[in-house]
Amino acid sequence: MEAGPSPERAPLRLGPEGPPPGRGPEGVPQGGTGGRVSPRDRGVPGGRPPGLAPAPGAAPLRRMIAAQASLEMRTLLRNGEQLLLTLVIPLLLLTAFSLEPLVNFGAGMSRVDFLTPGIIALAVMSTAFTSQAIATGFERRYGVLKRLGATPLSRAGLIAAKTATVIAVELLQGALILLVALVIGWRPDASPAAIVVAPLLILLGTAAFSGLALLLAGTLRAEATLAAANLVYILLLGVGGVVFPLTKFPAAARPVLELLPTGALSTGLRDVLQHGTAFPAGNTITLLVWAVVAITFAARMFRWE
Amino acid sequence: MSTAPHTPANPAAPAVEIGGLVKRYGQLAAVDGLTLTAARGAVTGILGPNGAGKTTTIEICEGYRRPDHGTVRVLGLDPVRDARALRPRVGVMLQSGGIPPSVPAADYLNLLSRFHTHPVPVPQMLALVGLTAVARTPYKRLSGGLQQRLSLAAAVIGRPELVFLDEPTAGMDPQARHATWELITQLRTAGVSIILTTHFMEEAERLCDYVAIIDHGELVAGGTPAQLTGTAGQLRFHAEAGLDLDSLLAALPPASVAKESPAGHYLIEVHGHVDPMLLAAVTAWCAQRDVLATSLSIESRTLEDVFLDLTGKDLRP
Repeated sequence: MEAGPSPERAPLRLGPEGPPPGRGPEGVPQGGTGGRVSPRDRGVPGGRPPGLAPAPGAAPLRRMIAAQASLEMRTLLRNGEQLLLTLVIPLLLLTAFSLEPLVNFGAGMSRVDFLTPGIIALAVMSTAFTSQAIATGFERRYGVLKRLGATPLSRAGLIAAKTATVIAVELLQGALILLVALVIGWRPDASPAAIVVAPLLILLGTAAFSGLALLLAGTLRAEATLAAANLVYILLLGVGGVVFPLTKFPAAARPVLELLPTGALSTGLRDVLQHGTAFPAGNTITLLVWAVVAITFAARMFRWE
Repeated sequence: MSTAPHTPANPAAPAVEIGGLVKRYGQLAAVDGLTLTAARGAVTGILGPNGAGKTTTIEICEGYRRPDHGTVRVLGLDPVRDARALRPRVGVMLQSGGIPPSVPAADYLNLLSRFHTHPVPVPQMLALVGLTAVARTPYKRLSGGLQQRLSLAAAVIGRPELVFLDEPTAGMDPQARHATWELITQLRTAGVSIILTTHFMEEAERLCDYVAIIDHGELVAGGTPAQLTGTAGQLRFHAEAGLDLDSLLAALPPASVAKESPAGHYLIEVHGHVDPMLLAAVTAWCAQRDVLATSLSIESRTLEDVFLDLTGKDLRP
């Protein structure tokens, strides 16, 4: 291993114009080669150029994951469409449907009380599924995943970085949704167990949606992934118990809709946050099964290029 | 702090050692029994027409594909099995893409620099490839040549022992190409082993210590540029059309070649250099027939001549 470049040796600057003709790497005239650099003339008198001598080494895994997650996070926050999907739409739906009687949620529950758990489920779906599927699909198409495969960051490290990014975005979404919901009058009615059970449901939902996102992004073309992820988002927004109560659907449809990941997550969160349920076992098992199945298939079928 | 490789590495192993490599895609053999050794600390060029198997070979060395037959060793290690040990030591420049479109140049280099223990500092790396002025520009808004330079910077920022450059100067203007040649020369001087593919014969002649010409997945010629171009000397002259080439050849050393194309333009190729005896033999033969040879010139072949001779002039798909 060599030390880094010594500070007194200024780095060589090659502007777009390049070096003056007939000069060696450090401005040393190269005699007798008529512009052709023969192997023997390549040596730089007085030593090696600074900073390029081999000194390989992989950074610690945690630093690599943090670097990758921070780049992904900044990319997401700079992307207008992704912000619309993950922050603007959930907050807009929460306030609009809470403040205006657009949908009749039935008696015994204020609109914001019904909506808040559903909007949290929507936020989880938008980040872990839609946003992640689209971003990963295009990363695959642009060869970003292939190129990362040649760096010291392992695939497990890349997945850890993506998971960290999703969770960080969800925390941001959660904070904003809870803040807005409380301001417009949300009154949760939760058992003490909710402090553990609600995050558990969100975590399982995140795992299920991430598995589905990677299954989609890893098998379809980027454009097909984009279309499918948006279509599924709209469909599950409609039939996932997010803003329209599942009780409004025909009685025969309701158990089926509750078996969808969005329905399971929104119903489970609503039970825990509004109905004082300690542990919605059915919804939890549904999410667990989705998570295991989706991640298993994604792991088997994901194509990196 | 550096991570020790998991497989004991042989510091004397060649940069790349390929033996009897075969890679098929369905019926088509993209690489068909290729054997090739790239020395440490040297610039090795892989030349070949489109579809010759260059990129497949490089991607096998990079661990992206597994060979069907044969062995590949990179720095003495197996590119797939020992990928973990190799990745920090090997820099990769893909033929295209690989960089997220919306990420600014500096951010991408910063990311890669944080994957390594002793990276080239990002500002210095940007300056080395002439990207300082566009450091905050997203990749997708850079011109093709600037994108290539960022890709090259990404390959070398981790201070690798070996870099694979797949067509490093494709799409660059002459200024950028010369600056890139300078950087590759500097890397070599710094002790980095370099494997590059190229379509530019001038690039290979200038940069490469060793050139491997491959076609249909096989090595068709290998050597230093001087060895490859020096194996045949050429003598050209103009004279009246329709000279008796058989008679001329009889006066020349065996294994010489004489052609008339177009009419009145004569080309004689010999193995090795054109020497005074050959020149005398040609002019004496002409004098006996009262033929005045004009515009007589003695040339060595360019790498492009050699390349076209070996791989033919047919257009490749």
